[in-house]
Amino acid sequence: MDSYILYSITVVFLIFSIYKDKKKTKMALKKSWKAFENILPQFLVVILLVGIMLAVIDTNTISKIIGSKSGGWGVIVSAVIGAITLIPAFVAFPTAALLLEGGAGYMQIAAFVSALMMVGIVTLPIEFKYFGKKMAILRNTYAFLFSFVVAYIIGIVIG
Amino acid sequence: MKKFFKRYRSFLIVLALLLLITLINKKIGFKAFDIATFSMKEMLLVIPPVFILLGLLDIWVPRETMIKFMGEGSGLKGVLLSILLGSAAAGPLYGAFPVAAVFMKKGVKFMNILIFLGAWSTTKIPMFLFEMSSLGTSFATTRLLIDIPGIIIIAYLLSKSVSKDYVNKLYVNAENL
Repeated sequence: MDSYILYSITVVFLIFSIYKDKKKTKMALKKSWKAFENILPQFLVVILLVGIMLAVIDTNTISKIIGSKSGGWGVIVSAVIGAITLIPAFVAFPTAALLLEGGAGYMQIAAFVSALMMVGIVTLPIEFKYFGKKMAILRNTYAFLFSFVVAYIIGIVIG
Repeated sequence: MKKFFKRYRSFLIVLALLLLITLINKKIGFKAFDIATFSMKEMLLVIPPVFILLGLLDIWVPRETMIKFMGEGSGLKGVLLSILLGSAAAGPLYGAFPVAAVFMKKGVKFMNILIFLGAWSTTKIPMFLFEMSSLGTSFATTRLLIDIPGIIIIAYLLSKSVSKDYVNKLYVNAENL
């Protein structure tokens, strides 16, 4: 759904740009391609790694780990799983909903969802390229710790 | 050709690993290929518009304008704009990195780039609606309300934890990305 909106906006801007200046539009598209081509090797690595990872640890495995554990230990395990896996949101949210139904606590789910979205171990090589090692590692560390804050507050609010 | 191998070395290694896995365990190997193809399709769906917008932004929006809205001294306006732009985005977090590079080229303040990155990773509007329907309104809303200050605090801490020199190097590096 959101890709329709994104495409519509892009097409409108692109048409406007061509109308204004063809040469500049060509330059812009060249820049787009260069930026994409620059990162393509890393993209491909990530995609393959995600494939391997999800083939080995499927949602059943995740649900066993998160669903069976409770309390603080469960929250830590959930955050670690969230940090190392890379699952698209439209798979992650329904999975999380199933985990909840399967008996997982809100705190574990909050830690999992938060770490999943903000921490990316698999994508670290890409992040290094743009932000340097120190910044990338710090950002992921802070985001990882932050998932526990989120889990704690969700635990208080929803219980 | 040599250059190609050098750039795609990691990719070729992982590909070889995947082939090896397939030889050992056909089921897992095929499943991994299936999932990779699926992610590839997802990437091809979201990536083109993001990169086209990126190119257009790079060419059409002058550096001065970006500095005015999101550079040093842009204050609260810059912070809000960074959150809005990040939240309106689509696609996985790694799609945000090339956008961040263009922001660096355009002189956007480092802390705002970090806020943008945080918003892209976790407060995306389409995802929020999806989260609400899967995990409930109170879960999604609580998380959003914690995330917004969280993103800003993390961005502040991060921008304070590296030297000016480190940031300058990143900005110079962005010119070549």
